[in-house]
Amino acid sequence: MSRYSRACPMSQHALIDEFFIEHRVHVLEVAAYLDRLNRAAEQDANDDFRYVALKRAVAELTSSVPGRVERVQMIFSDPDVRLLEERDQQSAWGASKQASRSNGLPPPEAS
Amino acid sequence: MDYIDMHAHMVSRTTDDYEQMAMAGCKVVSEPAFWAGFDRRSADAFADYFHELTTFEPQRAARFGIRHYTWLCLNPKEGEDREMARRVLPLIPPLLDHPNVLGIGEIGLNRVTRNELATFRDHVEMAIEHDQMIIIHTPHLEDKYKGTRVIVDTLAADARIRRERVIIDHVEEHTVDMVVSEGFWAGITLYPVTKCTPARAIDMIEMYGDDRIYAASACDWGRSAPLAVPRFIVEMRRRGHDEAFIRKIVFDNPLAFLQQNPKFNLPSARVPVALNA
Repeated sequence: MSRYSRACPMSQHALIDEFFIEHRVHVLEVAAYLDRLNRAAEQDANDDFRYVALKRAVAELTSSVPGRVERVQMIFSDPDVRLLEERDQQSAWGASKQASRSNGLPPPEAS
Repeated sequence: MDYIDMHAHMVSRTTDDYEQMAMAGCKVVSEPAFWAGFDRRSADAFADYFHELTTFEPQRAARFGIRHYTWLCLNPKEGEDREMARRVLPLIPPLLDHPNVLGIGEIGLNRVTRNELATFRDHVEMAIEHDQMIIIHTPHLEDKYKGTRVIVDTLAADARIRRERVIIDHVEEHTVDMVVSEGFWAGITLYPVTKCTPARAIDMIEMYGDDRIYAASACDWGRSAPLAVPRFIVEMRRRGHDEAFIRKIVFDNPLAFLQQNPKFNLPSARVPVALNA
């Protein structure tokens, strides 16, 4: 964990004084988005792989172990490095259908 | 502060953007060939695109004292079409001696398919055969991890690759380590929503060091910011980093990479440069 140890030149107090407000709003945006999904006229996507991944990622934020952003990235990632036989679509979704069916743990290389 | 934007798709930007980038300190833009937002329907469309990158764009940039360099390829989004790749790749070698062409790029993978990897390998062979530097695109979002892994493993297995002449671009928190630990250059993309913010870019630099790494805008036709690098500079100052450290990331490091190509040189101060086109 040495990579995380004192790598930022600012103190915790300085980081909070300078950056707390702009991160507070990010948390509120996520909270409001989750509420909006609950209020949606049709409750038709509770098992959508993107929604599932988002809830899993939000839970990761409460971890006390450094490396949250890397773990969240892996929650949204396809960990299967096998090649596709052919292109199925041009653009990415933002979350992996395959990963949403797995246990969500990153592959060994990511640790 | 002077800076070099190592990844800017200026064909998609206005002349006003060039002017604002110049006002903000941009001295050089490096423009890899990329996807137009749709799959091109003929090799002629690529020929016209390469002509634009090697003639019109350097002239447009020079009006504002910005030196424009470019990289040529059939991009990863279109790499699935092997027949198109067979028609487009022969267009590239005759252009490699052009004064603003620095190498092959941005090649790479998109959905990480067999055909995409074959097209990627074809480009790497071309780069080796013609002793060219390489810029590599890594896939978006959920495909980034697997695509970066495949790219790094493919290159690491080839002893002919000179890693100091290869950029693996668009690294994020889950891919930066595998790139820098293998000795490649790592590009961080300051692209809102789908890639990296200035704050997260700084986090990675603080954690993985300031060697062989830089931050660029990758501004293009999508939601993107041609002034992303100046914003990154401001964020670095807010984070408490000194001017020399910031300059290393936005100017000295890009300069060190680009100067490996003898065709690269900085524009003279205050004098717009006109490339022979």
